[in-house]
Amino acid sequence: MTVKPKKGRIVIDSRLCKGCYLCISVCPNKCIVISEESNEKGYHPAEFTETKDGKDRACTGCALCACICPDIAIEVYRE
Amino acid sequence: MEKLVFTRPRYMKKAPFHYCPGCGHSIIHRLVAEVIDELGIGDKTIGVPPAGCAVLAYDYFDVDMGEAPHGRAAAVATGIKRILPDKIVFTYQGDGDIAAIGTAETIHSANRGENITVIFVNNSCYGMTGGQMAPTTLLGQKSTTTPGGRNKDRDGAPIDLSQMLALTQGAAYIERTAVNSIKNIIKTKKALTKAFKVQMAGIGFSLIEILSPCPTNWKMSTVDACRRIDEEVTQTFPLKVIKDETA
Repeated sequence: MTVKPKKGRIVIDSRLCKGCYLCISVCPNKCIVISEESNEKGYHPAEFTETKDGKDRACTGCALCACICPDIAIEVYRE
Repeated sequence: MEKLVFTRPRYMKKAPFHYCPGCGHSIIHRLVAEVIDELGIGDKTIGVPPAGCAVLAYDYFDVDMGEAPHGRAAAVATGIKRILPDKIVFTYQGDGDIAAIGTAETIHSANRGENITVIFVNNSCYGMTGGQMAPTTLLGQKSTTTPGGRNKDRDGAPIDLSQMLALTQGAAYIERTAVNSIKNIIKTKKALTKAFKVQMAGIGFSLIEILSPCPTNWKMSTVDACRRIDEEVTQTFPLKVIKDETA
């Protein structure tokens, strides 16, 4: 079985994120989860799964999460 | 080679928003900043924020901003545009600001066909003061001043301000959109682009009404608030182009 090439990557600014779950609701590949740690505002910010375990390579860089993010906390990179 | 495909727009300052989690205001702020950047009008745009949740919009937009007394943004924008006709002037108002206290200013600005763009954010309640009934509150909707739900006999029916403004001679472009889903966000950006282009072409008054979720005062989760717009709010305020005199 071949490993699919990595296509996209997002960077979530945990200081801006307010944990509203909107990015999680639109991500087609379920690449975002809520962090167990809280940020300096007291919210549990969203977290990109690839930075967490380094295994999940499902992100395509479609930018839907960034499009709906109310706090402009997400930057999207695509290969 | 990896490229950056989505980041903060150029005309949005790197300041954390004070809005509640899941608020539509900051999505709309970003769309307006993106449209200003794409049309290349950043150095000649002047915005007029309202009183309401978006009162601090000048902290976020990296363009010239004024500030208007409650409801008077359209009147202030009229003055700015008449003195500086080369500038692109937009107002950014909530439903309590534009449809209650600012009804007179807004209707007469539209009627005179002032060449300004009005961004009307409709969350069907007074957000900043704690969720009181606004003119746009839906029938049956619970708010702090209508705890049993809005009653038509007692409180009147919701006002459709965009439809009222469409009756005026001077209004050139009026559209209602929403920011509750990716599809509607993309449509909203197109509508905003069109509204600014109408002003740049000097055609007349343009207004975009944007249905926005208010999870805090609707007492819902952010995802449920977005769903409520599709299921309930659009029944009273259908998404459509209400008036288009540009063709």
